[in-house]
Amino acid sequence: MARDVTTEDFQKEVLDNSLPVLVDFWAEWCGPCRMVSPIVDELGNDLSGQLDVVKVNVDHEPDLAMKYNVTGIPLLGVFKGGELVKQLVGARPKAAIQSELQEYL
Amino acid sequence: MREVVIIGSGPAGYTAAIYAARAELKPLLIASSVEPGGELMKTTEVENYPGFPTGTMGPDLMTDFQAQAERFGTEIMFDDVVDVELKGDTKVIKTGGGETIEAKTVIISTGAAYRELGLPKEKELSGHGVSWCATCDGFFFREKTIAVVGGGDSAMEEANFLTKFADKVYVVHRRDSLKASKTMQQRSFDNPKIEFIWNSEIAELHGEGKLEGVTLNDTVTGEKKDLEIQGLFIAVGSDPRTGLFEEQLELDKEKFIKVDGRTSRTTLPGVFAAGDVIDPTYRQAITAAGSGCVAALDAEHYLAGH
Repeated sequence: MARDVTTEDFQKEVLDNSLPVLVDFWAEWCGPCRMVSPIVDELGNDLSGQLDVVKVNVDHEPDLAMKYNVTGIPLLGVFKGGELVKQLVGARPKAAIQSELQEYL
Repeated sequence: MREVVIIGSGPAGYTAAIYAARAELKPLLIASSVEPGGELMKTTEVENYPGFPTGTMGPDLMTDFQAQAERFGTEIMFDDVVDVELKGDTKVIKTGGGETIEAKTVIISTGAAYRELGLPKEKELSGHGVSWCATCDGFFFREKTIAVVGGGDSAMEEANFLTKFADKVYVVHRRDSLKASKTMQQRSFDNPKIEFIWNSEIAELHGEGKLEGVTLNDTVTGEKKDLEIQGLFIAVGSDPRTGLFEEQLELDKEKFIKVDGRTSRTTLPGVFAAGDVIDPTYRQAITAAGSGCVAALDAEHYLAGH
């Protein structure tokens, strides 16, 4: 299971991470998020050592959602070297997410 | 070898599955990996589906469709079809998960996908102010000023739903009258938070990293003016999902699958189509369900003759 990160540990867990990080911005009430969540967990396992995978609950962490102007979820953000380098909005199949991640591994 | 494989999990797909399963054809329904349940999963209250005098929630309705299909032995696969070979007596279907499935008949009920405006920045601002799903993203627009573009039932439903969150909802429509049903029109006219901007289309999206406004183009005078909004919900219709089939089946000029008269028979024997993927006109849950029933009966009839 991908771990939850908060406003407090976002710097350490995401921005200062030596690996690229896939951040899943989600909420309980979002149906498509529930479909993507297990895929994100699987990707965390499949790509272990190449990519770190974490989740941000936008209800609990509105400051992070606001900082990255998140107005639609699920939003998958790829962070590399402290920068948001890629974002995927909306639910999509595992293979599609995987192929979008390739260039950042 | 399967008797029936159904592609799609909206009202058409599940109704086909219920009928095929009850005919003991042991259907396999391929539901998609991330969007099972189809368009109704993105709605809230459904008030016009018969049998529910006080209305029902779209996602609940689809959960019940699924349960009913499973009750009679439908097998459901949460995977995506990536390739099909529909010519010949044996149909071959390949999925993103790496499965290859053979079937005697295929029912295509892949529905339609939301249409984009086709503007620069639309992709970049998607998830940052530009959205296609009010029930998914409305929450982010509390006390904001937003706009809905479109004039059909979906647009009115989105606009009304969004007034729960937003302070102000503009409805931008390129004509001076709506295509939406009278009930939905009246509800929108009566809603004090909704203001209509007639004869206008969105010409440009503004903002870096998040939507800050749009330029409107008056479709009558050609006059342009700016509108400051933080959110834009696009409800300008949808296009049938027929990309996988276009080289094998005959489509009409709008890319809907052609069927023979009132049947679900496509131009290939053993291949049937139902729901929004064949219907440029009505596009209701109940018409899709009806057409799914037709497809299952047509497939059953075909199998009996082979």
